[in-house]
Amino acid sequence: MNWGVPVFPGSNCDRDCAHVLSSLPGHRARLIWHGDTALGGVDAVVLPGGFSYGDYLRAGAMARLSPIMKAVGEFARAGGLVLGICNGFQILLEAGLLPGAMRPNRGLSFVCADVAVTVDNAATPFTRACKPGQVLRLPIAHAEGNYYADPVTLATLRANAQIVFRYCRPDGVADDAANPNGSVENIAGIRNAAGNVLGLMPHPERCAESVFGNQDGLLLFRSMAQAVADRAG
Amino acid sequence: MIKATIHVTLKPGILDPQGRAIRQSLDTLGFSAVRDVRVGKFLEIELQEDDPARADAHLKAMCEQLLANPVIESYRYELERHPSHPAAPS
Repeated sequence: MNWGVPVFPGSNCDRDCAHVLSSLPGHRARLIWHGDTALGGVDAVVLPGGFSYGDYLRAGAMARLSPIMKAVGEFARAGGLVLGICNGFQILLEAGLLPGAMRPNRGLSFVCADVAVTVDNAATPFTRACKPGQVLRLPIAHAEGNYYADPVTLATLRANAQIVFRYCRPDGVADDAANPNGSVENIAGIRNAAGNVLGLMPHPERCAESVFGNQDGLLLFRSMAQAVADRAG
Repeated sequence: MIKATIHVTLKPGILDPQGRAIRQSLDTLGFSAVRDVRVGKFLEIELQEDDPARADAHLKAMCEQLLANPVIESYRYELERHPSHPAAPS
């Protein structure tokens, strides 16, 4: 399977993503420069974390205008799997590939921590290797992860099971004390209505190797690999 | 030339953590009458354009497409005729 990882000026998790993805048996990952106009036949795209364009104006606002994002948009509209991690999630929101917007964290601090996240929807191409309601331990590192959607959009997200990950307590209860940034309804990750685009603030690529003592993040990449293999089969 | 001054602000009801922190700091300084603080962005744009209607259309498009995020922000702008830079002395 071929993964594409677009690289924007200021991306800083691009190599981590490519490292983890290319270490899966039979997988290759290619870094794709933001100025390129084509993805070059990849099976899935991972938009990495970082601070594209220095987070100028709003996080993700500049990156979504990069030439490569036109190709990512076309890939997504054709049904291709697109995963946006942290800044990648912010870019997907700014690009309109996912609904809603990010506000600064309610505590105003950059939050860098391991958090518990519950899998609200395990029937997606990104979470099929998870059990419904499974609690994952994933690291977050962001200053603008305070997700917002207006009440009408939120109702649609709920009705379509588009809320995929929520911040929760270790026992799986998603209460306000477990919310690290003020996101509405503890939202940590959502998918689009078609189901092939997912954005999340936590970093699965930072917990996908045994050396880190936590491989929960691997569940996402394995899920995507299975989904791509099923399509091909 | 036309100069545009643009204000981008959070829509009413959208949580503004910066505004809240500033209000608390103002309170610490003794400005107890402060009830609310909202933080926004201020931009100045010079346009090589003399037709106010066209400038207005450009500004609206810029705000909608990039300068503001319509999900959480609203914007307003003013246009004023801006004298071109004086020619360099010959």
